[in-house]
Amino acid sequence: MCLAIPGRVVGIADENGLRMGRVDFGGVVKRVCMDYVPDVQIGDYTIVHVGFALSKIDEPEALRTLEVFRQMGVLEDELADGDEAFARAAAAPQSNCPDESCAPK
Amino acid sequence: MKYLTEFRNGEIAQRIAREIHSIAAQPWKIMEVCGGQTHSIIKNGIDQMLPAGIEMIHGPGCPVCVTPLELIDKALAIAAQPGVIFCSFGDMLRVPGTDADLFQIKGAGGDVRVVYSPLDAVELAAKNPDKQIVFFGVGFETTAPANAMSVHVAKRRGLKNFSLLVSHVLVPPAIAAILESPGNKVQAFLLAGHVNSVMGYWQYPPLAEKYKIPLVVTGFEPLDLLDGIRRAVIQLEAGRHEVENAYERIVTFEGNQHAQKLLSEVFEVTDRAWRGIGVIPKSGWRLSEAYREFDAEERFHITGIHTQESPLCRSGDVLRGAIKPAECAAFGKECTPRHPLGATMVSSEGACAANFNYGRFLSAEELATAGSGLTHA
Amino acid sequence: MPDGPKAGPPGFSAPDFSNWSCPLPLAGYPTIVMGHGGGGKLGNELVEHLFLPAFRNLTLENLGDAAVLDVGSGKLAMSTDSFVVQPLFFPGGSIGELAVNGTVNDLAVSGAVPRFLSASFILEEGFPLAQLAAVVDAMAAAAATAGVQIVTGDTKVVERGHGDGCYINTAGIGVMRDGINVGPHRAQPGDAILISGTIGDHGMAIMSVREGLEFESQIQSDCAALNGVIASVLDAAGLAVHAMRDPTRGGLASTLNEIALASGVGIVIDEARIPVRTEVQSACELLGLDPVYVANEGKVVFFVAPEAEELVISVLRAHPLGWNAARIGHVTADHKGMLVARTAMGANRVIPQQIGEQLPRIC
Repeated sequence: MCLAIPGRVVGIADENGLRMGRVDFGGVVKRVCMDYVPDVQIGDYTIVHVGFALSKIDEPEALRTLEVFRQMGVLEDELADGDEAFARAAAAPQSNCPDESCAPK
Repeated sequence: MKYLTEFRNGEIAQRIAREIHSIAAQPWKIMEVCGGQTHSIIKNGIDQMLPAGIEMIHGPGCPVCVTPLELIDKALAIAAQPGVIFCSFGDMLRVPGTDADLFQIKGAGGDVRVVYSPLDAVELAAKNPDKQIVFFGVGFETTAPANAMSVHVAKRRGLKNFSLLVSHVLVPPAIAAILESPGNKVQAFLLAGHVNSVMGYWQYPPLAEKYKIPLVVTGFEPLDLLDGIRRAVIQLEAGRHEVENAYERIVTFEGNQHAQKLLSEVFEVTDRAWRGIGVIPKSGWRLSEAYREFDAEERFHITGIHTQESPLCRSGDVLRGAIKPAECAAFGKECTPRHPLGATMVSSEGACAANFNYGRFLSAEELATAGSGLTHA
Repeated sequence: MPDGPKAGPPGFSAPDFSNWSCPLPLAGYPTIVMGHGGGGKLGNELVEHLFLPAFRNLTLENLGDAAVLDVGSGKLAMSTDSFVVQPLFFPGGSIGELAVNGTVNDLAVSGAVPRFLSASFILEEGFPLAQLAAVVDAMAAAAATAGVQIVTGDTKVVERGHGDGCYINTAGIGVMRDGINVGPHRAQPGDAILISGTIGDHGMAIMSVREGLEFESQIQSDCAALNGVIASVLDAAGLAVHAMRDPTRGGLASTLNEIALASGVGIVIDEARIPVRTEVQSACELLGLDPVYVANEGKVVFFVAPEAEELVISVLRAHPLGWNAARIGHVTADHKGMLVARTAMGANRVIPQQIGEQLPRIC
């Protein structure tokens, strides 16, 4: 278990003594308890599990990680037969969203 | 979705996979503890991208799989009572008890509801003062803060009709138990990154040291999983045994102190039975004295439970990585996803269900004309 | 006009009765009572002042025990479905549209031209008349759009607590088209598999208003009558269309598994090519659901001979209900009866037949 997904905090308010937030997950907004992440503010990204924000996403760290990945091993120009599917995956579009809503923000 | 989609990039995934291919010189067996990671591995076909010698063993990190049969039967008994609203995460609804599952109890008239968050169950309690609301509080350390907050809020609001049926399990003792079990083949672990987002990873260096085994804090997306595996393989090839954090954008060494503070107030360590494995000492949490009034087992005094695991079921051996699902005599015969005998076949990321589906495909592929279908490196 | 509360469930808006020929007088009973199902005066009032004005056709107005219909010669198709959705009103639609479009679509994907529907209601005592009126209004509009008539019906009332407000059954008759040969057993190796648009919209629209799981979003149900777009495809491609189905309960995965089994073939799909709205994908991520198992109410899957693929895609994309149609895979002689997907990583995964309803997970 551990399905936790990243979202952006778009609102924070006190409800019944709990610090509750509205978090935007790619266009879907859910009420989330923010009591465990008092340092997370509107505009920050946070990871949410069963309606609770557990950790702030360190955005520079995320970008750094992606950059490290990008630098890793270069794809060989010549691909053996058995790698045909790998090549297809490389060429396949990463977004299969047909309308404009998924253009990178 | 930001900070999600980027970590699913197929091209970069192949680069990391190629790194693993070039690094791995020997066969290694790596276990990912968390069911969510198993789910991601199967869904994305990560294990197919690895060199033939690297074997991923799917671990017991799934509350569905490890919640003790006796507790499932207690849950069923409570849910069947009139005047009770039994709330649960969706995962638990089809787990087989001795005679039935929660879905069947619902069908027979029990008020069983799926909720997204334990706080939803607290709200139900506030809105239905004439009913008893019971929340099925299972999970690893990731879910415990949510469950802790639910009883904390219930206590603060003076709700007398809310209780928690608790079965929390802890990762470090589970890892130790697996490593201690005879016939253990696991040589490295991918730690459950979201568990670590709560607990940090300060608990793990003693484990790495004692068992001389690499432990890598790993995320859940394909790139995170491949990177966790890559780092584990590097350590294994180099003969190192350290704790590494491959999920730095989320996890810190200390973890979430606010959560840990409330956890230590609401819960206390206890021995826990893991379905299919047995009792692991000090491997679980139960409600502390101050919160014991919210314990559903105490409030409902269920007696007369006669648990009976199927004698054919070997999910415990599968969970520990001692056998592969296909090595169980009942696999695919008496035990299928449609008629599961144990929890590893119920959950779609349980090792048995995952193997059942993928294995059927592999044997069909073998029968097909050579050249069609995917070949692995 | 019923004097009941105007505010209702999310998605509910009280209908505009001003176009109805004779919408009075329901004011005396703002909610359904047992008598409405009794066949007496109250029941007749419902028919006279609610169903007749809404559905408005000569056959219905005869009020015979049976509708007498002229359908010409040729084979008939008949289909029935019951609708028990909760909540009754959701973003993008209601049980009313579902009840009409569901049966219209079952007829259409079988290769028939839908013509006539029956509508039977099982209402719970206490159900607000204003909500019934809204449902009926939605049915009338859907029937008009689909070009079908609701020609006969029935109403029964059950005691409070014995029904979820409103259940509807519709049965439909259509006339089979000439020049086509479709069926779930007719998919052949080499066939291209096309989907008329995005998947998961309906199921996630329902989820967004489900108690315990609600979330804010712009997701709307895709509920629609598909006979028009199907007719366009059949007009253009005729016998090249081997199978069609609308992936409702159980989603795309269930439909493809069913056809793979019925036809004794294997199916390969490319996950990256399945159209999914970003918000639907996000909502699925949030709840741990897989879009391929989520219900749709306004999409068609077509299995077409490979030479007709381009033609069918262009016909679909020219139609408002098919504007983001896509080829998602093909039929193979390998792994018979099995649905296999190529993931974005280039690996394979088997997508098994769903067992029971897909539930949100935390794991």
